[in-house]
Amino acid sequence: MLHIVNKSATERNSLESCLRMATKGSAVLLIEDAVYAATKGSAAAAKIQAAMADLQIYALGPDMEARGMAGRVLDGVKLVDYGGFVDLVTEHSTCQSWL
Amino acid sequence: MSDMMDDMEGGEGVVKKFMFVNRKAPHGTIYALEGLEVVLISAAFDQDVSMVFTDDGVYELIKGVNTKGIEVKDFSKTYRALEGYDIEKLYVEKASMEARGLTEDDLIVDVTVLDSAEMASLMAEQDVVISF
Repeated sequence: MLHIVNKSATERNSLESCLRMATKGSAVLLIEDAVYAATKGSAAAAKIQAAMADLQIYALGPDMEARGMAGRVLDGVKLVDYGGFVDLVTEHSTCQSWL
Repeated sequence: MSDMMDDMEGGEGVVKKFMFVNRKAPHGTIYALEGLEVVLISAAFDQDVSMVFTDDGVYELIKGVNTKGIEVKDFSKTYRALEGYDIEKLYVEKASMEARGLTEDDLIVDVTVLDSAEMASLMAEQDVVISF
């Protein structure tokens, strides 16, 4: 399963719900305002780091760059571009968008 | 918004305290850009304008933005133009900044950092408060 989150973790609870439901081995892709969660010092950083034990966390690079956050990405979070986004969607049989 | 214009045109020489409260991250929604544009318009009315950045709104002021990849306008540099419109009262809530791992050095403009109590009293003394 590929989970896609696009809302800021400090504004909505989408990421929290996603991490609660995502099962071991699943992938989580953070896009748009959700990318802030995967930055150093963010309120959600500890949750992301804990989640990486069971999940692979990805973040969309262009969204990080557009928010001035490219230099603050948490270690272990993989940045992907739009091509990588498409690859993730095709590699997983199911996608869930946490709107 | 028409209320705001009424207030702004409230009479010859009347100056009111206007506060624009920014609580949204840029790009994910249109609020941040719309808020900035309204503030720029407000400059034409010669009012006492303050801009507040709290919660995710602090993210609006981050340096080092590159929006090429998502193909939208980079309006972060526009905050630096506010000074030219005599909008110099920019306030950031300390707790919001720190909760995001940010410091004043990460911001594209000079701001006054206020603790929550100071921010609250600043809000309380406004004539008009408009939120984005």
